Amino acid sequence: MKINDILSILDARLLTPNADLTRDVHTACGSDMMSDVLAFVKDQSVLVTGLNNPQVVRTADMMDMICIVFVRGKEPDAGILALAQEREIAVLCTRHTMFTACGLLYAHGLRGGVGSDGE
Amino acid sequence: MASESEPICLHYEVPGNDFTRAGEASADLKARLKALGFPSAAVRRAAIALYEGEINLAIHAHGGHINVSVTPQRIDMLLWDEGPGIADIPLAMSEGYSTAPDEVRSLGFGAGMGLPNMKKYTDEFELTSTVGVGTRIAMAVYVS
Repeated sequence: MKINDILSILDARLLTPNADLTRDVHTACGSDMMSDVLAFVKDQSVLVTGLNNPQVVRTADMMDMICIVFVRGKEPDAGILALAQEREIAVLCTRHTMFTACGLLYAHGLRGGVGSDGE
Repeated sequence: MASESEPICLHYEVPGNDFTRAGEASADLKARLKALGFPSAAVRRAAIALYEGEINLAIHAHGGHINVSVTPQRIDMLLWDEGPGIADIPLAMSEGYSTAPDEVRSLGFGAGMGLPNMKKYTDEFELTSTVGVGTRIAMAVYVS
Protein backbone atom coordinates (compact mmCIF):
# COMPACT_ATOMS: atom_id res chain seq x y z
CA MET A 1 0.00 0.00 0.00
CA LYS A 2 1.15 3.55 -0.65
CA ILE A 3 0.30 6.78 1.14
CA ASN A 4 -1.83 7.66 -1.87
CA ASP A 5 -3.98 4.57 -1.20
CA ILE A 6 -4.56 5.67 2.40
CA LEU A 7 -5.82 9.01 1.09
CA SER A 8 -8.51 7.34 -1.00
CA ILE A 9 -9.41 4.54 1.46
CA LEU A 10 -10.03 7.04 4.24
CA ASP A 11 -11.44 9.71 1.95
CA ALA A 12 -8.81 11.89 3.56
CA ARG A 13 -7.30 15.26 2.79
CA LEU A 14 -3.58 15.80 2.43
CA LEU A 15 -2.36 18.65 4.64
CA THR A 16 1.30 18.55 3.58
CA PRO A 17 1.15 19.29 -0.17
CA ASN A 18 4.80 18.45 -0.88
CA ALA A 19 4.65 14.94 0.58
CA ASP A 20 5.75 12.00 -1.55
CA LEU A 21 2.57 9.92 -1.84
CA THR A 22 4.29 7.06 -3.62
CA ARG A 23 6.15 5.89 -0.50
CA ASP A 24 5.29 2.35 0.59
CA VAL A 25 3.63 1.63 3.93
CA HIS A 26 3.15 -1.88 5.31
CA THR A 27 2.20 -1.42 8.95
CA ALA A 28 0.36 1.07 11.14
CA CYS A 29 -0.62 1.74 14.73
CA GLY A 30 -3.52 3.66 16.23
CA SER A 31 -3.08 5.43 19.57
CA ASP A 32 -3.62 8.66 21.44
CA MET A 33 -0.94 7.79 24.01
CA MET A 34 2.45 8.70 22.64
CA SER A 35 4.33 6.82 25.37
CA ASP A 36 2.55 3.64 24.25
CA VAL A 37 3.64 4.31 20.70
CA LEU A 38 7.21 4.75 21.92
CA ALA A 39 6.99 1.62 24.07
CA PHE A 40 5.28 -0.93 21.88
CA VAL A 41 5.65 0.08 18.28
CA LYS A 42 8.27 -1.34 16.01
CA ASP A 43 8.85 -0.49 12.38
CA GLN A 44 5.38 0.89 11.82
CA SER A 45 5.16 3.51 9.13
CA VAL A 46 1.73 5.06 9.78
CA LEU A 47 0.43 6.63 13.00
CA VAL A 48 -3.35 6.98 13.27
CA THR A 49 -4.28 9.31 16.11
CA GLY A 50 -6.90 11.61 17.57
CA LEU A 51 -4.30 13.56 19.49
CA ASN A 52 -3.51 16.96 18.04
CA ASN A 53 -0.26 18.49 19.26
CA PRO A 54 3.40 18.82 18.17
CA GLN A 55 4.42 15.74 20.16
CA VAL A 56 2.53 13.57 17.66
CA VAL A 57 4.99 14.65 14.98
CA ARG A 58 7.98 14.33 17.29
CA THR A 59 6.92 10.82 18.31
CA ALA A 60 6.41 9.77 14.69
CA ASP A 61 9.81 11.21 13.85
CA MET A 62 11.50 9.29 16.67
CA MET A 63 9.94 6.08 15.36
CA ASP A 64 10.89 6.81 11.73
CA MET A 65 7.23 6.89 10.70
CA ILE A 66 6.42 8.52 7.37
CA CYS A 67 2.69 9.23 7.61
CA ILE A 68 0.31 10.58 10.30
CA VAL A 69 -3.47 10.31 9.96
CA PHE A 70 -5.55 12.61 12.17
CA VAL A 71 -9.01 11.15 12.74
CA ARG A 72 -12.40 12.72 13.53
CA GLY A 73 -11.62 15.67 11.28
CA LYS A 74 -8.96 17.11 13.59
CA GLU A 75 -6.74 19.56 11.80
CA PRO A 76 -3.31 20.33 13.19
CA ASP A 77 -2.16 23.94 13.25
CA ALA A 78 0.44 25.47 10.93
CA GLY A 79 3.29 24.91 13.40
CA ILE A 80 2.58 21.19 13.59
CA LEU A 81 2.34 20.91 9.81
CA ALA A 82 5.60 22.83 9.35
CA LEU A 83 7.33 20.43 11.74
CA ALA A 84 5.98 17.46 9.79
CA GLN A 85 7.05 18.88 6.44
CA GLU A 86 10.52 19.53 7.83
CA ARG A 87 10.69 15.85 8.83
CA GLU A 88 9.24 14.71 5.48
CA ILE A 89 6.21 13.16 7.18
CA ALA A 90 2.95 13.15 5.22
CA VAL A 91 -0.04 14.44 7.23
CA LEU A 92 -3.58 13.34 6.39
CA CYS A 93 -6.91 14.26 7.93
CA THR A 94 -10.00 12.06 7.78
CA ARG A 95 -13.54 12.50 9.09
CA HIS A 96 -13.66 8.85 10.17
CA THR A 97 -13.31 7.90 13.83
CA MET A 98 -10.24 6.05 15.09
CA PHE A 99 -12.05 2.69 15.07
CA THR A 100 -13.41 3.06 11.56
CA ALA A 101 -10.17 4.46 10.13
CA CYS A 102 -8.14 1.57 11.58
CA GLY A 103 -10.75 -0.94 10.43
CA LEU A 104 -10.75 0.37 6.87
CA LEU A 105 -6.97 0.30 6.64
CA TYR A 106 -6.85 -3.22 8.09
CA ALA A 107 -9.51 -4.42 5.66
CA HIS A 108 -7.37 -3.13 2.81
CA GLY A 109 -4.32 -5.06 3.95
CA LEU A 110 -2.45 -2.76 6.32
CA ARG A 111 -1.29 -4.65 9.42
CA GLY A 112 -0.27 -3.81 12.97
CA GLY A 113 3.32 -4.97 12.69
CA VAL A 114 5.41 -6.55 15.39
CA GLY A 115 5.29 -5.35 18.98
CA SER A 116 8.53 -4.07 20.38
CA ASP A 117 10.53 -6.33 22.66
CA GLY A 118 12.86 -3.51 23.59
CA GLU A 119 15.09 -3.80 20.56
CA MET B 1 31.87 8.28 12.77
CA ALA B 2 33.17 10.19 15.77
CA SER B 3 36.86 10.12 16.51
CA GLU B 4 37.93 7.50 19.04
CA SER B 5 40.00 9.89 21.10
CA GLU B 6 37.73 12.91 21.08
CA PRO B 7 34.13 12.33 22.14
CA ILE B 8 31.55 14.69 20.68
CA CYS B 9 29.96 16.60 23.55
CA LEU B 10 26.53 18.22 23.31
CA HIS B 11 24.57 20.26 25.83
CA TYR B 12 20.87 21.05 25.83
CA GLU B 13 18.64 23.09 28.11
CA VAL B 14 15.02 21.90 28.39
CA PRO B 15 12.53 24.66 29.26
CA GLY B 16 9.96 23.88 31.93
CA ASN B 17 6.26 23.56 31.18
CA ASP B 18 6.78 24.20 27.48
CA PHE B 19 5.31 21.19 25.79
CA THR B 20 5.80 22.57 22.32
CA ARG B 21 9.58 22.58 22.61
CA ALA B 22 10.04 19.31 24.47
CA GLY B 23 11.64 16.94 21.98
CA GLU B 24 13.93 19.46 20.31
CA ALA B 25 17.05 18.04 21.95
CA SER B 26 16.31 14.43 21.00
CA ALA B 27 15.41 15.44 17.44
CA ASP B 28 18.72 17.29 17.20
CA LEU B 29 20.66 14.35 18.64
CA LYS B 30 18.96 11.95 16.26
CA ALA B 31 19.81 14.10 13.23
CA ARG B 32 23.44 14.44 14.32
CA LEU B 33 23.90 10.72 14.97
CA LYS B 34 22.35 9.85 11.62
CA ALA B 35 24.63 12.35 9.88
CA LEU B 36 27.62 10.78 11.63
CA GLY B 37 26.64 7.40 10.20
CA PHE B 38 25.69 5.60 13.42
CA PRO B 39 23.56 2.44 13.00
CA SER B 40 19.85 3.27 12.85
CA ALA B 41 18.89 0.94 15.73
CA ALA B 42 21.31 2.64 18.13
CA VAL B 43 20.22 6.07 16.91
CA ARG B 44 16.58 5.26 17.49
CA ARG B 45 17.13 3.80 20.96
CA ALA B 46 19.15 6.82 22.09
CA ALA B 47 16.65 9.28 20.59
CA ILE B 48 13.62 7.61 22.19
CA ALA B 49 15.26 7.41 25.63
CA LEU B 50 16.29 11.06 25.46
CA TYR B 51 12.85 12.09 24.19
CA GLU B 52 11.12 10.45 27.14
CA GLY B 53 13.63 12.16 29.40
CA GLU B 54 12.90 15.55 27.87
CA ILE B 55 9.18 15.04 28.33
CA ASN B 56 9.77 14.17 31.98
CA LEU B 57 11.92 17.25 32.52
CA ALA B 58 9.22 19.45 30.99
CA ILE B 59 6.30 17.80 32.80
CA HIS B 60 7.67 17.02 36.24
CA ALA B 61 10.79 19.08 36.88
CA HIS B 62 10.07 22.58 35.50
CA GLY B 63 12.83 21.98 32.97
CA GLY B 64 16.36 20.66 33.25
CA HIS B 65 19.70 20.04 31.62
CA ILE B 66 21.16 17.42 29.29
CA ASN B 67 24.74 16.49 28.47
CA VAL B 68 25.46 13.99 25.71
CA SER B 69 28.81 12.42 24.96
CA VAL B 70 29.22 10.43 21.76
CA THR B 71 32.01 8.05 20.78
CA PRO B 72 31.97 5.33 18.11
CA GLN B 73 31.36 2.79 20.89
CA ARG B 74 28.67 4.41 23.02
CA ILE B 75 26.22 7.29 23.46
CA ASP B 76 26.17 8.60 27.03
CA MET B 77 23.32 10.83 28.15
CA LEU B 78 23.13 12.65 31.47
CA LEU B 79 19.92 14.42 32.49
CA TRP B 80 19.54 16.39 35.67
CA ASP B 81 17.11 18.85 37.19
CA GLU B 82 16.33 20.83 40.31
CA GLY B 83 12.74 19.62 40.41
CA PRO B 84 10.70 18.04 43.21
CA GLY B 85 12.56 14.70 43.13
CA ILE B 86 11.15 11.17 43.27
CA ALA B 87 10.16 9.75 46.65
CA ASP B 88 9.73 6.10 45.67
CA ILE B 89 12.02 5.19 42.77
CA PRO B 90 10.97 1.50 42.40
CA LEU B 91 7.33 2.63 42.20
CA ALA B 92 8.20 5.32 39.65
CA MET B 93 10.00 2.69 37.58
CA SER B 94 7.00 0.37 37.39
CA GLU B 95 5.06 0.40 34.13
CA GLY B 96 1.77 2.25 34.31
CA TYR B 97 2.52 4.25 37.46
CA SER B 98 2.27 7.97 36.92
CA THR B 99 1.87 11.14 38.94
CA ALA B 100 1.14 13.21 35.84
CA PRO B 101 -2.00 15.36 36.04
CA ASP B 102 -4.93 14.88 33.63
CA GLU B 103 -3.77 17.89 31.68
CA VAL B 104 -0.58 16.01 30.76
CA ARG B 105 -2.49 12.84 29.90
CA SER B 106 -4.65 14.82 27.52
CA LEU B 107 -1.43 15.70 25.70
CA GLY B 108 -0.64 12.02 25.10
CA PHE B 109 1.79 11.42 27.95
CA GLY B 110 1.58 10.47 31.59
CA ALA B 111 0.83 6.80 30.88
CA GLY B 112 3.53 5.73 33.30
CA MET B 113 5.77 4.44 30.54
CA GLY B 114 8.43 7.17 30.44
CA LEU B 115 11.00 5.85 32.92
CA PRO B 116 10.41 2.16 31.98
CA ASN B 117 10.88 3.09 28.32
CA MET B 118 14.13 4.89 29.09
CA LYS B 119 15.45 1.83 30.90
CA LYS B 120 14.20 -0.53 28.19
CA TYR B 121 15.87 1.27 25.32
CA THR B 122 19.25 1.82 26.98
CA ASP B 123 22.09 -0.50 27.98
CA GLU B 124 22.96 1.41 31.15
CA PHE B 125 20.42 3.28 33.26
CA GLU B 126 20.99 4.82 36.67
CA LEU B 127 18.50 7.05 38.42
CA THR B 128 19.26 8.95 41.62
CA SER B 129 16.93 11.40 43.25
CA THR B 130 16.50 13.43 46.40
CA VAL B 131 13.10 14.85 47.27
CA GLY B 132 13.21 18.63 47.22
CA VAL B 133 16.63 18.69 45.55
CA GLY B 134 16.29 17.08 42.15
CA THR B 135 16.79 14.04 39.97
CA ARG B 136 19.71 12.74 37.93
CA ILE B 137 19.60 10.08 35.25
CA ALA B 138 22.71 8.64 33.61
CA MET B 139 22.07 6.33 30.68
CA ALA B 140 24.06 4.87 27.83
CA VAL B 141 23.38 3.15 24.54
CA TYR B 142 26.06 0.83 23.18
CA VAL B 143 26.58 1.39 19.51
CA SER B 144 27.29 -2.18 18.50
